Amino acid sequence: MATTTPTALGARKPLWTRLPIVSHYRMSAGLQRGMLVAGLVLSAVFLLTALLAPVLAPFGFSQLSDAQGNFPTQEPPGDKFLWGTTVSGFDVYSRTLWGAQTAVAVIVVAVVFSIFLGVILGLISGYIGGWLDRVLVVLADAIYAFPSLLLAIVMSIVISQGQSSLWGGIMAAAISITVVFIPQYFRVIRAETVRLKAEPFVESAKVVGASNVRIMAKHIFRNATRSLPLIFTLNASEALLTLAGLGFLGFGIEPTKAAEWGFDLNRALSDASSGIWWTGVFPGAAIVLTVLGLTLVGESMNDLADPRLRMRRKAKRRGGKATA
Amino acid sequence: MNAHRRDVIGRADGTVLEIKDLEVTFTTDAGEVPAVRGVGFEVAAGEVVAVVGESGSGKSVTARTILGLLAETAVARGAVVLKGSNMLTLGARELRAVRGDEVSMVFQEPSTALNPVYTVGWQIAEGIRAHGKVGRKEAKARAIEVLRKVGIPEPEKRVNYYPHQFSGGQKQRVIIAAALALNPALIVADEPTTALDVTVQAEILELLREVRDDFNTGIVLITHNMGVVADLADRVVVMYQGKIVESAPSSELFAAPREDYTKALLAAVPHLGRHSASEGMVERSGQGKEVLVEARNLSIVYPGRLGTPSFTAVDDVSLHICAGEVYGLVGESGSGKTTIGRAIAGLNKVSAGSLKVFGYEMLDFRERTFKKLRQDIGFVFQDPAASFNPQLSIGECVAEPLLVHKALDARAARRRVDELLEAVQLPAAFAARFPHELSGGQRQRASLARALALDPKLLIADEPTSALDVSVQAKVLELFKELQAELGFAALFISHDLAVVDMLSTWVGVLYRGKLVEEGIGNQVMGDPQHPYTRRLIASLPVPDPVEQALRREAFLKAV
Repeated sequence: MATTTPTALGARKPLWTRLPIVSHYRMSAGLQRGMLVAGLVLSAVFLLTALLAPVLAPFGFSQLSDAQGNFPTQEPPGDKFLWGTTVSGFDVYSRTLWGAQTAVAVIVVAVVFSIFLGVILGLISGYIGGWLDRVLVVLADAIYAFPSLLLAIVMSIVISQGQSSLWGGIMAAAISITVVFIPQYFRVIRAETVRLKAEPFVESAKVVGASNVRIMAKHIFRNATRSLPLIFTLNASEALLTLAGLGFLGFGIEPTKAAEWGFDLNRALSDASSGIWWTGVFPGAAIVLTVLGLTLVGESMNDLADPRLRMRRKAKRRGGKATA
Repeated sequence: MNAHRRDVIGRADGTVLEIKDLEVTFTTDAGEVPAVRGVGFEVAAGEVVAVVGESGSGKSVTARTILGLLAETAVARGAVVLKGSNMLTLGARELRAVRGDEVSMVFQEPSTALNPVYTVGWQIAEGIRAHGKVGRKEAKARAIEVLRKVGIPEPEKRVNYYPHQFSGGQKQRVIIAAALALNPALIVADEPTTALDVTVQAEILELLREVRDDFNTGIVLITHNMGVVADLADRVVVMYQGKIVESAPSSELFAAPREDYTKALLAAVPHLGRHSASEGMVERSGQGKEVLVEARNLSIVYPGRLGTPSFTAVDDVSLHICAGEVYGLVGESGSGKTTIGRAIAGLNKVSAGSLKVFGYEMLDFRERTFKKLRQDIGFVFQDPAASFNPQLSIGECVAEPLLVHKALDARAARRRVDELLEAVQLPAAFAARFPHELSGGQRQRASLARALALDPKLLIADEPTSALDVSVQAKVLELFKELQAELGFAALFISHDLAVVDMLSTWVGVLYRGKLVEEGIGNQVMGDPQHPYTRRLIASLPVPDPVEQALRREAFLKAV
């Protein structure tokens, strides 16, 4: 194709328009923009809830009584308890809001850990190659082969050893998720590094005489990490699901240390058959909506980053006819 | 083809294709971009119309519009009338009926235009069976027939071969056979020889000429190579920025171009035998000077994987490069010319023999001990777009060698970068720009600046201009020549283009399948080649002059 795209030869576009999500929004159109916006709204609600939980929630996450005495148990939604109370007397509304905070903490810690380790290992493995590369790839594949939840359970037992303080619980959940995710980042970065290693600009750096560390840090790192925001968003939703799964199976955080949706769902199990819907529906909906929001953002970014999948506003048709 | 089919091609008025006021607009992230603006020309049966232009001139888009192959983001208006029907208004079903039957296409890259999992016979038959009820056996018989017509030996056997069993030139023949299968009135050939070696190119051009003469097919030839145009075209349409600049019969255009753009374009085309760097030389220019690179019985073998034999890229080559001379290394793809260049720069391992770079034996290559010598070697890569780190500014890229080898502070490095950019005739302000903001020619200048940053004694240029348009190529080559004369570095200039090599280098080596078959002073090798391969190579190079090219073609056909 002999098409030219006029590139702005003047100054670069302002920084904020080049930031991941902003730049994606600016080049989106039609249904893709709708998906992105829906995802962004859901994710924003999730983040704001986490941030403002202390203000929004009428009660604490482990509060069982107030000045008027103990909370009733299994109270249906009403004036005082907006979404009702659980079998142990917790306020469902408050715990759902507080749960967002735990989720954000776990997602951030897990993803940051796995990005750091995954990127460093991927760069070294891809660039140096040889036996180190082979060993790391086999290791990553081995971790892949395990069911991720099973691995997370084992890790959480190893790490927390039965105790579950707030940060102990969060760290245990985060680290067990990290172990599951490192291979993903490792693989993506390694594959990019192997590709970039053969690019003329890396060879050019080699001819110049740059050292390996310099080539990895200056020439490969910044080019290999461009797809990270995308994996970050997609993994964030997966991290949340793993956390909820752990909590549901009872390997999460004690209810007195922090609110956690998976744990609440677990407790709501027996309620479901006796017509008490509110204890399960709200934490469940919170999980579904948050995962949906994060996934929508991630998938939209994925589609928008690929010019072949990206929709564009149609050129105005004047006479004639376009043929595809 | 049966007689009935021949009649179907109406040649009453002789005009097969008529394009009127064609406009094509693409919708991109940067808004609407017009690619073709008011183009119109006609093609008669049995006529070859060449559409020439540099990249971005809209020639390929025009060609694709003829087949109704436009990207979803494109909108076309105007009229493309092929034998009475307007291709822009046809529906998908009608378009399918017309494609293959009335018009077909020959693509640039023969290796990707064929499906690797089907036999070539199946792929040709597919087109035949898509138009009208034809039995499997009959379709295959017709596939064999067209394969024979395009000069594939033993077509009965080869019809069952898969694409990978053919060479590049043969694959292009198969594609032309598939295009001919239904005897269309028009064939659109989009850069049909660009991906091929020059000796193969000559054969394919000959085949296209036969197709035109034997089948009276109209051919639209899209190309940027003026030599190909001179060889094949009856009429030439010159395009620039989506518009037609000039349209004239081939002989007229080359003899007396009217428009300034055409004149400049023709002047920029390197012409073998003109402006030779070694004009009037009788002795090697580097004679008696210090020998920088010396290869003795050098072999470079790429080890095979399990089950595949190893590949000898360079086989027993002996050569030396003296201080201050430009050594031109020519050869077709796979001849090992790039491998030699990369080995000198320490990017490839040497297998046997001896390669001494500044006295350093590359057989015992260790990055640690070689690093010191790297500052004396500059390297210019083929693809200027890929050889810059997209995340760094041009200034940072050019400063890289300075920062690696010399402990310069930021200000001194900056000053040196400005000097270097000035030396390659780029404004100092370009230092702040990013590689994608520069054009191909500008990037290659910057690449030259980076290679020269440390005042190297040896510059290795691996096809530095093959990715550039001719007018840009001419300027970059000019710059290269000036800088070499001024700074006096030795250079290894690697190229497949004999004319370019002749313009730049005083001493030329010809590689063929890893062996150095001939070596000598540039004008002597080009003027009086000794080795039969060199003779064939030079004879098959089309020159941008229809009259001269016709004579050369006859000589070439006689020689083959």
